[in-house]
Amino acid sequence: MSKDAILGAIRRGLRRGALPDDQAMALRARLQAHPRHLIPARSRLPRPQQVELFLRNLDKEFATYIRVGSVHDVPEAVGNYVAAQNLPSEFVMAPHPELRAIPWSDRPMLRLHEGRASADDLVSVQHGYVGIAETGTLMLPATPERPTTLNLLCDTEIVVLRASRIVGAYEEAWDILRAEHQDAVTGGFMPRNVMFVTGPSRSADIESTLELGAHGPRRLHVVLIDDDETAL
Amino acid sequence: MLSTSPTFKENAHQALADVGLQKAMARTRPQGPAKRSAAVAGLPEFEDLRDIGRDIKNHALAHLDFYLETWEANVLKSGGHVHWCSTADDARDAVLKICQAAGARTVTKGKSMISEELAINDHLEAHGIQPIETDLGEYILQIRNEPPSHIIGPAFHLNREDWEESFRKVHTQLDPNRVFAERADIQAEARMLLREKFLAADVGITGANFLIAETGSSVIVTNEGNGDLTQTIPRVHIVLASIEKCVPTLEDAMSLLRLLARSATGQDFSVYTTFSTGGKRPGDLDGPEEYHVVVIDNGRSAMIGSEFQDMLRCIRCAACMNHCPVYQTVGGHAYGWVYPGPMGAVLTPALIGVDKAGHLPNASTFCGKCESVCPVKIPLPSMMRHWREREFERHLQPKGVRSNLALWAWLVQRPQLYRLTTRIAARALALVGGKKGRFSKMPLASGWTDGRDMPAPEGDTFFARYARQQRSAK
Repeated sequence: MSKDAILGAIRRGLRRGALPDDQAMALRARLQAHPRHLIPARSRLPRPQQVELFLRNLDKEFATYIRVGSVHDVPEAVGNYVAAQNLPSEFVMAPHPELRAIPWSDRPMLRLHEGRASADDLVSVQHGYVGIAETGTLMLPATPERPTTLNLLCDTEIVVLRASRIVGAYEEAWDILRAEHQDAVTGGFMPRNVMFVTGPSRSADIESTLELGAHGPRRLHVVLIDDDETAL
Repeated sequence: MLSTSPTFKENAHQALADVGLQKAMARTRPQGPAKRSAAVAGLPEFEDLRDIGRDIKNHALAHLDFYLETWEANVLKSGGHVHWCSTADDARDAVLKICQAAGARTVTKGKSMISEELAINDHLEAHGIQPIETDLGEYILQIRNEPPSHIIGPAFHLNREDWEESFRKVHTQLDPNRVFAERADIQAEARMLLREKFLAADVGITGANFLIAETGSSVIVTNEGNGDLTQTIPRVHIVLASIEKCVPTLEDAMSLLRLLARSATGQDFSVYTTFSTGGKRPGDLDGPEEYHVVVIDNGRSAMIGSEFQDMLRCIRCAACMNHCPVYQTVGGHAYGWVYPGPMGAVLTPALIGVDKAGHLPNASTFCGKCESVCPVKIPLPSMMRHWREREFERHLQPKGVRSNLALWAWLVQRPQLYRLTTRIAARALALVGGKKGRFSKMPLASGWTDGRDMPAPEGDTFFARYARQQRSAK
């Protein structure tokens, strides 16, 4: 069988048999502890500067953003954005409780439907799980409340994120997921899919020259809710 | 994939005379180093991270059997399937079987270099299944029936006019008089046409940058989002991954990811870095129902424990070829197989044999730039030297080369005779070289003098000059 052949060849190369129990124990302990390596100093900042770094990196990666004071300001921010970009005022929204709690009816021109994105949806509103300041990256784990297609099929993706969910480094984002999520199939923390999104889709395949809007969204817009007093 | 590596010398000659290629290379050449160095300058810890990256991969390789078994157990736990394949043939059959079981008519594909090793597209087509490359660069190469010339920018060898010409030829359903005013228009056309393919495909095939033992995940890194559409929309997702992609934990992967994009495109992070673990969960509104990983050896395990083991640390960033004076002159096609540049010069002989790919480790000036930019510090020049030694041991070079090398070895092992011979030769050549001080033609050295003059010695040997300097320094 191929599996035995491959593992056997690896062990022959390593000049040993299957790993002795004590060594396997040590490796299992390493997996259990999943130690961090060096974390770059760039994101080790006081909260306000960490949020600033996140926003600066969004800008560097061709994403846009607006900061708002509370969930009550979100409908206006989204409405103004789609109007300014000449986008339709209908969007597909992730069926997430935090997004449902937004008073969308305050902006009656906006029409929304919940669910996964289809090929006809031009604008999506996605729930931001965690923002990572180090590179202006959004962590978007797939769950029934956060469908993956919202990150992919629409021309424009709008992500609503709370400032209290901005961390410095990738490792801190994983720590949050490890602590908060339980997968329905494995019982572990890892969902089916975790996307790290850094800016809108792009390609440099034609003459090594960067063009935005390859296959994913052409625009990525973050609505940041300032729910964290220590970050102001 | 069929190899033209045995004719590297001829390939290189043709590449030098290829006007379109040289135009494309001139445009791309300065970009890689400039972008990388800007990204590295923005992360003061980069050098420390290179050591960490090397150590993580070394640790993973030293316990690869353990981590692969752990990874497999976690894939199975998440409801996924694992197909172990020793050879390219096994892997082709495994992919075909999954596609046939899914009743697949069309298959979308993300960019995957191992899929080029397998020549999976030919295999699927031969069995009536249509593969569609969705990475923009791979898409045009599929249209043009060309292999990739670079591991992250597969179509860097093409110019805009090539894109326009190919698109007009193949996209006959569109207005033949349409205008491509910008590069963005070419990209938009591919986006529009490929969107239908993403939605219609029955199976999506991606590669993997990493496998994570801790969680049973596969990781892809893209900028376009084509890989994510490929693995999200169709009912079945197949991951192709070679065995050395396996690392222990998410933390290990994140440290390597900090190195990858900066070394590759000079980005701080790629646009989409995605971790996939099994298929659709109860309640999920999207995602594939089936998740398969075809894990492939195809020659890697034989490198473990050999002087080429360090090559398995490679994370496929392409920094080595972006900085290589040879690659940047002849381009990727000359190397004749899937992996070009310095990493290809080491990996290709290991995977297809030094008898076929012996020219590649010889096509190096040993300038050392590749090793100095490698994010996991692979000693590429030393390993090219190992291949040269193996090539000599196995009598693979032409007779003339071997007898001249033997003569040379005989001479240098006799120091007095060597010094006498070189003294006479230097004086004679200085005389013949005359006032001009250089030769435009030399017997046995036409390979050099065809392209440039050979400088003549000035009448003295290195030894004589060195001895004189030592004396005057006293």
